[in-house]
Amino acid sequence: MAAISEVRSASAAEVMTTADGMPLKRSLQRALRREKMRSLMLIAPLLAFILLTFILPIADMLFRSVENGIVQETIPRTVVALQDWDPASDQIPGEQVFEALHADLVEAVKAKVHTKLGVRLNYEKPGMSGLFRTTGRAIPRMGEGPYQEKFVEAAKDWGDPETWRTIRRYAPQYTPGYFLAAVDSEWTHNGIEFRPESERIYLFLFARTAWMSLLITASCLLLGYPIAYLLANLPMRTSNLLMILVLLPFWTSLLVRTSAWKVLLQQQGVINDLLVWVGLIDNAGRLVMINNVTGTIIAMTHILLPFMILPLYSVMKTISPSYVRAAKSLGANDWTAFWRVYFPNTVPGIGAGAILVFILAIGYYITPELVGGTSGVFISNRIAYHISSSLNWGLAAALGVILLGVVMVLFYVYDKVVGLDNVKLG
Amino acid sequence: MKLKTLLLATTTAALAFGANVATVNAADELPPCEGCAMEMTIVSWGGAYSASQNNAYHLPYQALTGIKVINDESSNEAVAKLRAQAEAKNITWDLVDAEGPDATRLCDEGLAEEIDFDTALAAAPDGTPASKDFGESLISACFIPQIVFSTTFGYRTDIAEWNGKTPDSLCAVFDLEGFPGKRALEKRPKKNLEWALLCDGVTKDELYNVMSTPEGIDRALAKLDTIKAQTVWWSAGAETPQLLADKEVVIGSTYNGRLFSVIEEQKQPVAMLWDWQVFDFDGWVVPANLPEDRKNRVMHYLKFATDTQRLADQAKYISYGPARASSQPLVGKHETLGIDMAPHMPTNPANQKNFLVNNIEWWANNQDDVEAKFAAWLAK
Repeated sequence: MAAISEVRSASAAEVMTTADGMPLKRSLQRALRREKMRSLMLIAPLLAFILLTFILPIADMLFRSVENGIVQETIPRTVVALQDWDPASDQIPGEQVFEALHADLVEAVKAKVHTKLGVRLNYEKPGMSGLFRTTGRAIPRMGEGPYQEKFVEAAKDWGDPETWRTIRRYAPQYTPGYFLAAVDSEWTHNGIEFRPESERIYLFLFARTAWMSLLITASCLLLGYPIAYLLANLPMRTSNLLMILVLLPFWTSLLVRTSAWKVLLQQQGVINDLLVWVGLIDNAGRLVMINNVTGTIIAMTHILLPFMILPLYSVMKTISPSYVRAAKSLGANDWTAFWRVYFPNTVPGIGAGAILVFILAIGYYITPELVGGTSGVFISNRIAYHISSSLNWGLAAALGVILLGVVMVLFYVYDKVVGLDNVKLG
Repeated sequence: MKLKTLLLATTTAALAFGANVATVNAADELPPCEGCAMEMTIVSWGGAYSASQNNAYHLPYQALTGIKVINDESSNEAVAKLRAQAEAKNITWDLVDAEGPDATRLCDEGLAEEIDFDTALAAAPDGTPASKDFGESLISACFIPQIVFSTTFGYRTDIAEWNGKTPDSLCAVFDLEGFPGKRALEKRPKKNLEWALLCDGVTKDELYNVMSTPEGIDRALAKLDTIKAQTVWWSAGAETPQLLADKEVVIGSTYNGRLFSVIEEQKQPVAMLWDWQVFDFDGWVVPANLPEDRKNRVMHYLKFATDTQRLADQAKYISYGPARASSQPLVGKHETLGIDMAPHMPTNPANQKNFLVNNIEWWANNQDDVEAKFAAWLAK
């Protein structure tokens, strides 16, 4: 950088050229560009791979959290006709709208897409799925208009203004509906409001996920720090053995380890049996250590521990023993030497380990599902439910976007507080 | 009584024998499949259930046609995966085993092929058309039922605290004083809400009217609240048998076939409580828009695999009742245990004094809301 600015100041007096007469500045730029192109070419396959298999699918999935084209695509005429209807009125729309609906549904039934629309609208108002299915069956024998009466006869919900309000509200191409649902709110004719107390779950789960992930990170640090210290400071032979003990579970299948915890922790399990046999607890007072928060924290701490130990170890390995010796020779006692000299040197390792464990924990799914019972499940379990069972991918995407946002905000805060420069993986 | 059972067994055996002869004929008559793919991917649930299908349907069909059947065990995520495959426009599955509600859902989403039952499926041996023979089990235009299964309770028979009492009614599940110990229930509102209300004094006729009101759901949850602290919630059907065997729970709900295997195959001290079992159907779904040759193969297979004898054959390997009326009398003995399968069928008259049938329509309409409420209740 300094060299370039020197060149620049020199060029004010006289343009410096290369041997073939080209201005040095341009030649340098060209060389730099070529260099950049070459590195880009080198990473191009990886970049394309990541773009195609990772970034695009995720972006597509996240886009679903606002995408709502299905209503316009399935019943376009009705959507247009509904523009003139006043949703605040207690009257259902006029014949003109029903005529449009009939025309739309005739096509939709032929293409068998009306039930799909019903499923979509059912997320917003229970009963819509059945309404569209019943109406779809009635459409072929509906005959000529006027349709208003015939529709209400086929399914009485068509006579309910709330049905029409729902359709009108969710007619636009993009909807905030999924995000509202993801923060326990809903869009009613009174505007946006929280769901009734008994139906709120997501904000609570987000808070619990964050809180438990912090707890797991803290317990990983507490357990991992001494082990990492031993690994870094014991003689090679012993520390290698210890290292294998750390890595062995790391290489074991996640499911095997989680199931092992089930066997250990359950009420008729190994630990409880042992405690009863020793006489610490009686048979009726067996501890409940699984299918709750305790189970999740124990199992996840164990599973994520290596992600804390390994960065800590690699940082501690680089701390010269002479620092502590120097501190002691200058009069520090053991604790002062550790706390004032050794510990500050390990902070980058703590930072790296904590970030790794926390981010892995906040998105964890399988372990809470298996040992979490009801009080130890995470937000990711709900996301999985909406992806694979309820098929409400829009809501799952909205929850995913929020989770991603939360992690990024935390990352930013972490950068401000600890500083990402202070993070070292080795 | 004994005589009657014996008589029944003999007739069953005779019928089964007679049908076997008929089968061979039917097999000889299996029409060649023209323009058909030579392999098919069949998706099912895995475990003992897939094994029973393999023995009763796949192996005989392969022997007759020489095609290759690839088994995939992803039925529990079939709905999501089929939707993903359809969006990627690359359907890799030819035939999917799904539960009734999932099949309805797939049909609603346009992901499953509609079936013309009478032309696509074989008639009963006496000529009854398939649509009549399957009867009420035809719950969706895209769904070809194979079995009737039920979700019901199993309890341990060696609990000292029960003082020799055995639960004979569903409401024992909610009776913590009479039958102390942990319970296992599914981590879903479906069935649990119904059971809770039935034990809270709601009659079967009134059930879904009550559940259609917010107060009804609250009432059911309040009833479940009384045992919530003593309940382990399961999400896979295999969990309850394991929990029962480990003595982690004393009573728990699961699919009747799973309980059969704990009781009869593993000989655990567990017994069935059939009271208010909830019937469900499980069957085949053909993914929509398959290429012509693969679709031909699937339809050819289906005509064979869902005929009267094949459905009856499956009951030799697992205690689920065949969905065809004409298969019922052909149900015989378990292939390896040699015990009569009829008393273990959910459809056995003695087992269905009180029962419910999964209300697919109601749940399709209310699932989203009730599930949210239930999840919120569970998490608190």
